Amino acid sequence: MLKDLFHKKRQYATLATKAEDRAKGPAAAPRDNIPQGLVNKCQSCGALLISKELQKHLNTCPHCGYHFPVDARMRIDITLDPDSFFEYDPGITSVDPLSFPGYPEKLRKAQEATGLLEGAVTGEGTLDGHPVVIGVMDSRFIMGSMGSAMGEKLARAMERAAQKRYPLILFTASGGARMQEGILSLMQMAKTSVALEQLHEKGVLFVSVITHPTTGGVSASFASLGDIILAEPGALFGFAGRRVIEQTIRQKLPDDFQTAEFNLKHGMVDKVVDRKQMRDTLAAILRIHAARGWANAQ
Amino acid sequence: MPNELEFEKPILELRQKVDELRQLMETTGIDLTEEVAKLEERLAELSQSVYQGLTAWQRVQLARQPGRPTTLDYIRGLCTDFVELHGDRNFRDDPAVVGGIGLLEGRPVTVIGTQKGRDTKENIYRNFGMAHPEGYRKALRLMKQAEKFGRPVILFIDTAGAYPGMSAEERGQSEAIARNLREMAGLRTPTVCFVTGEGGSGGALGLGVTDRVYVLEYAWYSVIAPESAAAILWKDASQAPRAAETMRITASDLLAFGIADEVLPEPPGGAQKDPAAMVARVKEKAVQALEELSRVPIAQLLQARYDKYRAMGSFAER
Ligand SMILES: [Zn+2]
Repeated sequence: MLKDLFHKKRQYATLATKAEDRAKGPAAAPRDNIPQGLVNKCQSCGALLISKELQKHLNTCPHCGYHFPVDARMRIDITLDPDSFFEYDPGITSVDPLSFPGYPEKLRKAQEATGLLEGAVTGEGTLDGHPVVIGVMDSRFIMGSMGSAMGEKLARAMERAAQKRYPLILFTASGGARMQEGILSLMQMAKTSVALEQLHEKGVLFVSVITHPTTGGVSASFASLGDIILAEPGALFGFAGRRVIEQTIRQKLPDDFQTAEFNLKHGMVDKVVDRKQMRDTLAAILRIHAARGWANAQ
Repeated sequence: MPNELEFEKPILELRQKVDELRQLMETTGIDLTEEVAKLEERLAELSQSVYQGLTAWQRVQLARQPGRPTTLDYIRGLCTDFVELHGDRNFRDDPAVVGGIGLLEGRPVTVIGTQKGRDTKENIYRNFGMAHPEGYRKALRLMKQAEKFGRPVILFIDTAGAYPGMSAEERGQSEAIARNLREMAGLRTPTVCFVTGEGGSGGALGLGVTDRVYVLEYAWYSVIAPESAAAILWKDASQAPRAAETMRITASDLLAFGIADEVLPEPPGGAQKDPAAMVARVKEKAVQALEELSRVPIAQLLQARYDKYRAMGSFAER
């Protein structure tokens, strides 16, 4: 379709991430840095890693297994079949409903730094030949926070998954609701949840993949609603922030608190999956759900 | 009055003067009727100007007044034959959330809400109305039970937020709230919620995905408490009054954003000044709302609920 072609072209234009744009990006904590430049230091074991080696290992440390974050573009590349991705709604962008001080500026900076219009990329493609609807949040974009535009993109992706009966895969990475949009950001939790209820009612598979960090309003809505919840090693996944909890209960929390492994132990995720096994794990889940054969299965 | 707020003090002082004058009239027999009437008039004017010109932060303070009716007060006012039901059938009973079944003007309803205490001792027992995961799971159990027996659900929200604690995280605070959001979206029975005081973020929304949302005049509802917003925005919790304005959290803001269906007026000076009148007003609204909603076929009700939440937010498309 002509329209599709147009969209596809635009998608590459908006998604291209230039190294110099990245360099201008907001300073994040070292833990959250996406590798850039020729040499990167592993945050966990201190090994110096050249960029080619890191890329080969999908931004994980070949020595200790530490998972560096990846941006939305790279996540789609390493998850879907080559050239199968078609982006949905690339033109959806945030407005400033509260006239919140500094918000338009913050948006502009995030857009420049990431080459994205909003903090989530959604679309469809195939994974090991299986059609899927995919959504990926980008933690660089105002900490992956969810405002109205992101909520709308995700809700539309959920609706398309329900309509087409394609399994939905969401990679979450978010500090929570975007406070600059006030109560409207909180309501994105409700908006995405009503869309997921529809998907659930239709019996369509939803796999939620928790990546670092997934907290607050995103953790307390769709991230926790997957039929299957996978998590990358070490990913932070929880409702309240560590500092808030420590102040409330006046005691120090264990080091592994709210990590993927902690959540696995407490029954909140199905499986912790190394990034290098993620695509294969998702492919197996899709194969099992695509298989039919028992006489009385619906 | 033990719980007068700073901005209410001029009203209190004037009222004391009126009372003194009255007493003087009685003890001395001098006719001061005219003076008293004049002062009464000034008192009414002052009171009106103070409460009509409240800042967002003053409203937050009013919403936190301990004398306001709690969920159990509303339940006692709304229902006859109320039977409180306990526990999530998994872990324990969370006293920060109360719920049960009763008759509203002779017809069955399920009523659930966050419960604050009146004093320190009760507040510790109620965890200041901040629920653990089992509170949300108890609420969900009672909502599914209501669905099974065709009872509408009335919810009361007055919480600073879901409890941020270690055990709450271990038991899946996120999952408990998330599940409620999705299940409430599909609950096949009419649902109505009242934000009666504080609507603290996800902890409030976890009981608030309903066909109708009514907000009391001085209640607030926000993605983040003003103090926390101030700490993030200006690294200074004492900037909370400024954050309260910036975050647009008052009842009229909620109405303007389409979050609230209606703002329920409070008695002069707030619900705590006349709890019985407030409870009566809420009861009237609950009956009226359920009368309307119960006439809508369930499929249509669910579609309207979907459309309402699906449309929330403000964005642009290039
Ligand atoms: Zn390493």
